[in-house]
Amino acid sequence: MKKIIILVLILCSVYVNCTAQVFFTKNGMISFFSSAPIENIKADNNQVISIINTTTGEIQFSLLINAFHFKKSLMEEHFNENYMESKKYPKATFKGKIVDLSKVNFKTDGTYPVTVAGDLTIHGITNKITSTGTISVTGGVISVSSKFRVKLSDYKIDIPKIVKDNIAKVVEVTVSCSYDKKNN
Amino acid sequence: MKVIKLITGFCIFCSSAFAQDDGNLMNQLENNSNKTVYTTATFKSTRIIHGHSVENIGKGVLDVRILHRFAPLNTGIYNFFGLDQASMRMGFDYGITKNIMVGIGHSTWQKTYDALIKVKILRQSTGAINMPVTLSWVSTFATRTDLARRDTSGDRIKISFGDRTSFAHQLLIGRKFSERFSLQLMPTFVHHHNKQDSINTYTQDKDNIKAGLKRKNTVALGIGGRLKISKRVSINAEYYYQLPDAKPDIYFNSLAVGVDIETGGHVFQLHLTNSNGMTEKSFITDTDDKWTRGYIRFGFNLSRVFNIGKH
Repeated sequence: MKKIIILVLILCSVYVNCTAQVFFTKNGMISFFSSAPIENIKADNNQVISIINTTTGEIQFSLLINAFHFKKSLMEEHFNENYMESKKYPKATFKGKIVDLSKVNFKTDGTYPVTVAGDLTIHGITNKITSTGTISVTGGVISVSSKFRVKLSDYKIDIPKIVKDNIAKVVEVTVSCSYDKKNN
Repeated sequence: MKVIKLITGFCIFCSSAFAQDDGNLMNQLENNSNKTVYTTATFKSTRIIHGHSVENIGKGVLDVRILHRFAPLNTGIYNFFGLDQASMRMGFDYGITKNIMVGIGHSTWQKTYDALIKVKILRQSTGAINMPVTLSWVSTFATRTDLARRDTSGDRIKISFGDRTSFAHQLLIGRKFSERFSLQLMPTFVHHHNKQDSINTYTQDKDNIKAGLKRKNTVALGIGGRLKISKRVSINAEYYYQLPDAKPDIYFNSLAVGVDIETGGHVFQLHLTNSNGMTEKSFITDTDDKWTRGYIRFGFNLSRVFNIGKH
């Protein structure tokens, strides 16, 4: 009977090894940049959670809005309180797929330009987006980077007239994550 | 039979645990990162109306504050409902760290110079650290320099520095109950060094009464709160109750209601109050009229922050 149990265990682990090619990170980096006539605003979030499934091409990101850090503390407060309403909508997420997964060889070092499409949820609003980015593999470590633009009005983030020269209508989002293999 | 059941169970466990879909993994990762979430913006400004809120300004931030209190509304149209007479305090607050701020100021009323230090001791939070309230300590120092006073026979009175100086110490216990509603309690201790008590500058007859007054210590309990009515506007109220044993009958408890309007780096605080002074000692212990007699003043605080320090 013991033999059977061991066999089952081995089978299970083999099964796992060949199916779940999942890589993850808990300290990915996402920043945004707003360029407006009066001032430029930049904020960084280096606690981004992300997973990438190299078999299916699924890619997901999740971050806490209040983990974005600004140079000016009052700006950070206003960002959470007045614009993003982070108490009401604490997270921003992206769930998508690498459209051209076949172009990427995760086993060979290199830099692969890819296109990713999926649902981006910010401020409680979900929109379908498509963006380009790169996946680089160096010594088995997978890194992802991308730059795309987010129009604030698409996510019902209101900019009052009085600060219209301080905050851009479209902000540039930069993604930079490097992944660890999920150990089973 | 048992063993087979066990194996089946184990298999199911294996497949569900290992072959989990990415969504589950995502949830797992999110739940593992159980962080402390600190409550921010319990109040919009470092002051509720007259007195301090639990808020501090950020590190390296200079807050320039211009405060006005006008004469009572019931001084009538001749006095443009009080607006013809303004009492002002100009102040500069600076954030040394995110938890320690210091400030200096000057008020026209009693030509007072003041200084303050505020230290945040506890921060309201949820998550890994669960803390129901924010706790701050604030100490203020005030000294009046209006020396050119005369006694009833018209002779100049010279009062020593110690006798012109007072201290106020407050513990601020604040809680943000919801996004809209915050409440704060302020147990307060005011130490008056001045043996001769303050003189109200514009009512001559009161001078004589107050000249004979002696006060040393006052204990008061303040309560303040805010209700947000939109993202950038809130209604505030603040009341200081002085324990009656040290409170002369000619002084009243300070009550103020107001509106905070926030635009970018500015906060405008407009209010109605029965207090004239803008330092802790003045508004808590020297409020000399009450609402029910119609002595209501209009006042405003202007705050503008500048980032001057390095981060």
